Amino acid sequence: MMPWVMRGLRDGIVTSRYPRRPDGYGLTFRAAVSIRRDDTTVVGTGRAVDAVAAACPTRAITSEVRQARVDRGKCILCGRCVAQRPEDFAFDPDTETAALRRDLLVVPGRNEDPAGLAELREELARRVRAFRRSIHVRHLDCGSDGTEEWEIAALTNPIYDIQRLGVFFTASPRHADLLLVTGAGAAGMLGPLRETYEAMPAPKVVVAVGSDAASGGLFAGTYATRGGIGDEIAVDVFIPGSPPSPFSIMHGILLAIGLLPIDTRAR
Amino acid sequence: MTDNETVVEVDLELFATEVAYALGISRRLAGLFAVPAGDALRLVAALAGEGQLSVLTATLPPGVAAYPAVTTLVPAADWYERQIHDLYGVTAVGHPDLDPLVLPLAPGIAKPCPGSGTETRALTPSTEPLPALVHGEGMFTIPYGPVRSGVFEAIEYVIETPGEDIPRVQTRVHYKHRGVEAAFAGRSTEDGVLVAERVEGVASVAHAIAYCEALEHIAGTDVPVAAQFVRVLHAELERIANHLDSTIRHVEAAGQAVAYARLTLHKERAMRLRARLCGSRFGRGVVVPGGVSGPPPIGDGELLEALDMLERDVRADIKLLMSTPSFLDRLRRTGILPLKFAAARGALGPLGRGSGLTEDVRTSRPYGGYRHLGFSPASREDGDALSRQLVRNEEILTSFHLVRQTVDELESLGDPATGWSVRVEPASGEGIGWAEAPQGEVLYFVQLDDGIPLQVKPRSASFHNLAMFTAAFPKDITTDFAFIEASFGLSIAGVAG
Ligand code: SF4
Repeated sequence: MMPWVMRGLRDGIVTSRYPRRPDGYGLTFRAAVSIRRDDTTVVGTGRAVDAVAAACPTRAITSEVRQARVDRGKCILCGRCVAQRPEDFAFDPDTETAALRRDLLVVPGRNEDPAGLAELREELARRVRAFRRSIHVRHLDCGSDGTEEWEIAALTNPIYDIQRLGVFFTASPRHADLLLVTGAGAAGMLGPLRETYEAMPAPKVVVAVGSDAASGGLFAGTYATRGGIGDEIAVDVFIPGSPPSPFSIMHGILLAIGLLPIDTRAR
Repeated sequence: MTDNETVVEVDLELFATEVAYALGISRRLAGLFAVPAGDALRLVAALAGEGQLSVLTATLPPGVAAYPAVTTLVPAADWYERQIHDLYGVTAVGHPDLDPLVLPLAPGIAKPCPGSGTETRALTPSTEPLPALVHGEGMFTIPYGPVRSGVFEAIEYVIETPGEDIPRVQTRVHYKHRGVEAAFAGRSTEDGVLVAERVEGVASVAHAIAYCEALEHIAGTDVPVAAQFVRVLHAELERIANHLDSTIRHVEAAGQAVAYARLTLHKERAMRLRARLCGSRFGRGVVVPGGVSGPPPIGDGELLEALDMLERDVRADIKLLMSTPSFLDRLRRTGILPLKFAAARGALGPLGRGSGLTEDVRTSRPYGGYRHLGFSPASREDGDALSRQLVRNEEILTSFHLVRQTVDELESLGDPATGWSVRVEPASGEGIGWAEAPQGEVLYFVQLDDGIPLQVKPRSASFHNLAMFTAAFPKDITTDFAFIEASFGLSIAGVAG
């Protein structure tokens, strides 16, 4: 055992300070697609944007009067729009991509409904206030491609070290406060999903991890999936991405349990 | 089909015998696909031999829904015939166990028949418990899953313990069936790559390569050599990350906390290196039909430096791990897959090579950049979890070597005059592409009509190998379970389809 202990001590601290301080790596990551400017589709460019919207593999782009929008919950980050029209679409390195409502994954926002959002935030805050000091998380795969599991598991590596924030993974639903759900909503997992949710004690929160969980992604509309998990159980936080990076997942978890510092703004 | 594939059409009644006969000469059954052709259904068997793939095919005419099972003569066909039964309702007569594998449906519900052009509405899998594998006095069963106790993909293992007899493990993979073949339907070849990257996401690069190789075989495309090397670069980094992941699962099961922290750190470094080269931690978006989306930014020597440091640390920590007796004790003689069995079933990747097989399609049927790179495949003979770990250890080091060689090649080649991808001419026909994923050989059967995909059939190594899971179990199942699962190193997404 001795050599391992030495090895552990040798390399010094590598752990991220996020969310207390922004993390440099997080800020260089291709985390989401954004629209570069307002009035994207004013006269003259509308048709070009329409062509990009039609080429998007998950139909994540809508080209409306004066404005194109990206639904990050459908976007799989393929980069086609960015390559075709860099003047309108860009990769956004900001990993704080999670949102409290499915419609808030559409950027730029349509009608943020500030009053409704405040209420939502309030209700969630009330629920998580009852949590003990440490938060117990469990994960359930409802038809992922396997990558979300890697990125969730990465949260326990020394760089993210999510335990430092009092967040722990638990094996039993009976001890879980927070459920992380991945996958496109495979029909075969809907029963186990509901059972798992019901086995969790109240209060509880649900985080949908990845664009597949939000919309089904490229697997929406097959005979075997239900286009995400949002119609099956009440989801509190959606994290877009294909897959989301560990920082985005951490952002989603912290948003759900109200542990984000004020300056890292929750959309 | 083209190049190194020969296709022989045989009579349906003789199909099983012909497949068995062809396998007499040191080949393995690499895959068995059902391909809709109008109202008929073709069976396509891919047989792998040294240096080539040959294909035997037979047709079920409209209205015919049964044929003599291949499995009775060739056990490796087992799961393939169950899968075909689930998706197309075709019965392999004489198959010992046609219980649902990927899609249990209540009796009378029409099968989805992906690729047939008939629209299938959302299906709800039956929740009836599946029959037991073994029957007997005093039998009890221990289910694991599909809700796992940890961050795992959904799968259910049912351990059946019939009295005094040796327990059996039944693997139920259907829970997360996504209908991936249906997800390819109606998509262009460019979009098809995106789906291929998500069939088994931890092997995105290998799947994208195998899919594009199939397209390129059919169209006779000459992929620029430099682009082929870029594919190799990303595929080898993918292998390093996956092999580290399997090692981490071993270490986690053995409760080695410091080793866990060290190796997860190294895996994270590998993932970051990948993201730096292409913007995706999984190498997504790199492989496109006809080449790659662009060159990796390797000019400034920064890549090689990061690579050297990562290799140095991985090498040192694995060396230490391999001299940690408490770790080795847990792996040694655990989950033995005997050579004879592995050979008969055509075990793929590190699973096969850990049981004394030596095939690695990077060298046995070299494709793309591997035609210009030489190495000898790793192989160990004991067939236990330790052998599989040793194979992966060696492969990690080979991958580092291949990445470095590839960077050299890329530097001397410079930018290709044709650009990083060439046009894949719209062609008609069918072909099979392949790649050695970290889990083993991946196959893609693709059928094109004037450049439009009619059929896309992925076959992951995970699907082929998980069928062998139950054979690797000794009596003391519960204590060894986590190690055996980790040492197989499979992804359930690739199995469930
Ligand atoms: S990056 Fe997202 S929005 Fe853009 S084309 Fe791809 S999936 Fe659509």
